Amino acid sequence: MEVPILRQGQYLIASIQSALTDADLSHLREALIAQVGRSRCRGVIVDVTALDVMDSFAVRTLRDIAHMARLRGAETVIVGIQPDVAFAMVQLGLTLKGVATVLDLEEGLAFLNRRGEERLLETKPKRRDDRG
Amino acid sequence: MDTKKSTSVSTRSSDPGAVAESAAGLLRELVAHLRQNRTQLREEWARRITRAELLTAMTEEEIFAEATAVYDNYIEALETGSFEALQAYSRRLSERIIPRGVETDEVVGIVLLLRDVLARSLFAKYQEDFGKLNRILDSYEPAANRIANTVAVGFVEERERIIRQQQEAIRELSTPVLQVRERLLILPIIGVIDPQRARQLTEQLLRAIRANRAKVVVIDVTGVAAMDSGVANHLVQTVEASRLLGATVIVTGLSPEIAQTLVTIGVDLSEMATVGDLQGGIEEAERLLADRAIPAPTRETSSENQR
Repeated sequence: MEVPILRQGQYLIASIQSALTDADLSHLREALIAQVGRSRCRGVIVDVTALDVMDSFAVRTLRDIAHMARLRGAETVIVGIQPDVAFAMVQLGLTLKGVATVLDLEEGLAFLNRRGEERLLETKPKRRDDRG
Repeated sequence: MDTKKSTSVSTRSSDPGAVAESAAGLLRELVAHLRQNRTQLREEWARRITRAELLTAMTEEEIFAEATAVYDNYIEALETGSFEALQAYSRRLSERIIPRGVETDEVVGIVLLLRDVLARSLFAKYQEDFGKLNRILDSYEPAANRIANTVAVGFVEERERIIRQQQEAIRELSTPVLQVRERLLILPIIGVIDPQRARQLTEQLLRAIRANRAKVVVIDVTGVAAMDSGVANHLVQTVEASRLLGATVIVTGLSPEIAQTLVTIGVDLSEMATVGDLQGGIEEAERLLADRAIPAPTRETSSENQR
């Protein structure tokens, strides 16, 4: 089934609603990466709250999305991994290294906002003076 | 009666039925003897228990009361050959005396003493007739040994039951996940970590991270005496799983011994944030939280100050 990709300000939100086949996952990846460039967004949130199983292909696809989106100029964060899923993943050695993960959608938005600010700070170090 | 017994025994090889009957007869005689001399034998037994300094946790009256009960159950088991009553009694006895610190060797000791006291009295009674003494002992000894066995096993089983119960209680008690302040959890681990407990700890921690929306977790292992590679790897997995839920884990209080072991056996903890003690861990956690949680407008100033 198709995963809806919503646009919220500068971010894209892909909310997975049910278990996905490998083909669905590949499709999601392509759609997200294409849309990152088209909408010039700064962040991608993939919400996996509804998933109670995560296999190696799913984890690899998520990691690929994060790395590809970074190449296209957007930060990715995975949100809503269930505790049981998290533990099963590390036991299988699927640790999503190098990919940001946070608790839920709200945290994800906060995380991306913070990253955006950090980027601003890095590019404009004098910003504090502007504000007084 | 004596002559009849010896005849039946002389035909032992040819007529097993008669032997069985005579064995039953001997047992009856034995039981009757022990019943008759109940008071005297029981006192002798209690005296020997005191002299051997067994059951020191109990008073003399208590010893005597228990001795009476054990004695009667003992004879009954000898007589009927049924051990259920004795088993039940030894279980109840164990329940009563284990909390008072009575040891296994004491319980086995008193039962063996009773066996010896009774055997002595049989020696004294049948010293004239050596053949008969032998036959009496033939029927007495297996039963007596089995009784000793039953009581000892009952005692040990009861102890094991208590130990299991306590283990479970400890397991349930020993995994508190505490919220120190908003978004900061502490998990102090005390005692031995076996694989089952490690798993339980992880599950509880991950649930707590979700329920409390924790950002930072301090796992304090000051109270852990030893850690093998299995447990260490499990700890690494817990840290990874917590990260997937968006929480940073700081491990504190790794003892010198554990630090040496982990490095020697080559567990890779380089991915893990470790701080010397719990205080340092909480300070570090507060720093992380301050870095993350301060709302957008003031954040710039704070992070600039830190830079």
